[in-house]
Amino acid sequence: MSASLITRLGPVELPNPVLTASGCGGTGRDLAQFADLSRLGGFITPSVLPQPRAGRPTPRMAETPGGMVSAMGLPGPGIDTFLRRDLPFLAEQGARTIVSVGGNSVADYAEVARRLRDETAVCAVEVNVACPNAEDRGLVFASRPSAAADVVRAVRTHIRPGVPVFAKLSPDVSDLVTIALACADAGADGLSLINTVLGMAIDTTTLRPALSGVSGGLSGPAIRPIAVRSVYQVHAALPQLPIIGMGGIATGLDALEFILAGASAVAVGTTLFHDPSAAARIVRELEEALTARGIGRLADAVGLAHRPYGFVPPQVHALSTTEPNHEPKTEERAQ
Amino acid sequence: MQVSGTVLTVREVGGYHALTLVAPAIAERFRPGQFVAVAVGGEHTGRLLRRCFAVYEVKSDYGGTVEFVFADRDPGTAWLTGRRSRDTLDVVGPLGRPFRLPRDPVSCLLVGGGPGGAALFSLADALHRRGCQVHFVLGGPDAAHVFGARSAQRIGDSATVVTTDGSVGSRGEVAGVLPQALADSRADVVYACGPTETLRQVSQVSSDYGIPVQVCLEEFLQANGACGTGLCLTCVLPVIGDDGVTRMLRACADGPVLRGERVRWSDLGTIPLEALGAPRALHVMEDS
Repeated sequence: MSASLITRLGPVELPNPVLTASGCGGTGRDLAQFADLSRLGGFITPSVLPQPRAGRPTPRMAETPGGMVSAMGLPGPGIDTFLRRDLPFLAEQGARTIVSVGGNSVADYAEVARRLRDETAVCAVEVNVACPNAEDRGLVFASRPSAAADVVRAVRTHIRPGVPVFAKLSPDVSDLVTIALACADAGADGLSLINTVLGMAIDTTTLRPALSGVSGGLSGPAIRPIAVRSVYQVHAALPQLPIIGMGGIATGLDALEFILAGASAVAVGTTLFHDPSAAARIVRELEEALTARGIGRLADAVGLAHRPYGFVPPQVHALSTTEPNHEPKTEERAQ
Repeated sequence: MQVSGTVLTVREVGGYHALTLVAPAIAERFRPGQFVAVAVGGEHTGRLLRRCFAVYEVKSDYGGTVEFVFADRDPGTAWLTGRRSRDTLDVVGPLGRPFRLPRDPVSCLLVGGGPGGAALFSLADALHRRGCQVHFVLGGPDAAHVFGARSAQRIGDSATVVTTDGSVGSRGEVAGVLPQALADSRADVVYACGPTETLRQVSQVSSDYGIPVQVCLEEFLQANGACGTGLCLTCVLPVIGDDGVTRMLRACADGPVLRGERVRWSDLGTIPLEALGAPRALHVMEDS
């Protein structure tokens, strides 16, 4: 009997918890050659802003151990083209679309949210609060609880009830839980954790910063422990709030780690650049991992790592007896 | 297509390496100008970015083989040079838009620089099949770094070889011999693959002569691309569209073959102010 992967993000039910992270699945067209978008748990779009945006000049990325640093500058077609061209395509493919909303002012976010209000193809909204705030010296909204709350409130006001709004937070803050609480108070139905971690690479040939944007966001398996910690910490403080966990997920076991930390869903990001067909594999591996642990429903695994020390779910015994390499351990016990 | 290809051979070709692998699904779909994106470092590697290489040739042996030529320029390509027969590689391809071929049997000038010359040979075959004349200009820093000089002399209707140090062919740069080659070949169309600077010069000279030019941006893609599949948006460059609007296009999915006269060569590494979605500096000035 294989495990049920059905999960919930507030009012929305997903057939499985594996999504593609914002900006990592492109518009969906290119990814569709490698993945059936309707079989993903969901597709998170690149951040949509009111106007078309060319983004930063090249070089936009540099390879680093276990990941990459990138500074893209939020390139995108703007809300008009997104609604005319990209959203209908995703709907046609049967993707459960989560639209990432960005902006450089609270008004930008509100504008995009207002335009999304009547779009039935929008399954949920993710607020990318890690955008630079033009009205605050370019500091990202995510760095201040009040600024993060302002954009979440602006988006939540415009989005229909029944369409959950998730706030995507940056880990580059001294107390993530404070920001998470502020977003929850402002009406966030859930949280996406985490955005990229600030990083930098210097080109030792040109003797200059490797990116045109000087510093950038570090992503990939290199940041996974930071992401798992963030999910665990926030889930401990806000256990009722659904979390989409992300940061370097490359395998089903990586995904399980986030689920155990408290995520109800996970998103695959930089791994898609390396392995464009990774999402389907991760779904399969996650299902196998749950089944092997005797966990019948994904929902039962959410936050399981928070159980008090000494609590051993019965199914863990079942697992250890089926694995031959545990045999010596039983002998030890016998002695 | 994402496939697990079995390595047949890795051999040194002058200063470059040529890797052949069995990948029938890629071989049968390939068209000249397209490329493959190769995962490097093995299953548990910390190097996540795919390396993109223009395909040199595909053959029907073993169900279908794909060969690409590359310069060893970073630890990822060094790992590739260490592959042995029967190793497997995770390869995505064929990717990108191919060279567009002329309908009529015209005269074509194929310009290659460094390892980029490799991308021109499958193109030459396709052009020959259409009854086109194929003339080559191949360049590089020295004899070891000009790919395919001998093959070009064998299969081309003419072949000009030029090296910076004069160790093979004439001494000089590709751009220097181009006007003469254009005149001699009476070229109706120019195709080029090689260093970005060479592509810029070829586009310039060809445009000056009013000859359409298609360039394959392999080197730009290698320097800027992370995925090769169009997902990551890191390999963008400013290109003028049919409507006259400059857009930031991806060298991978919108290229790697682009019309040379449409690429804003002097603005590479920038977002031109009038590009679609460029920062609104001008508008801010108008407002104030």
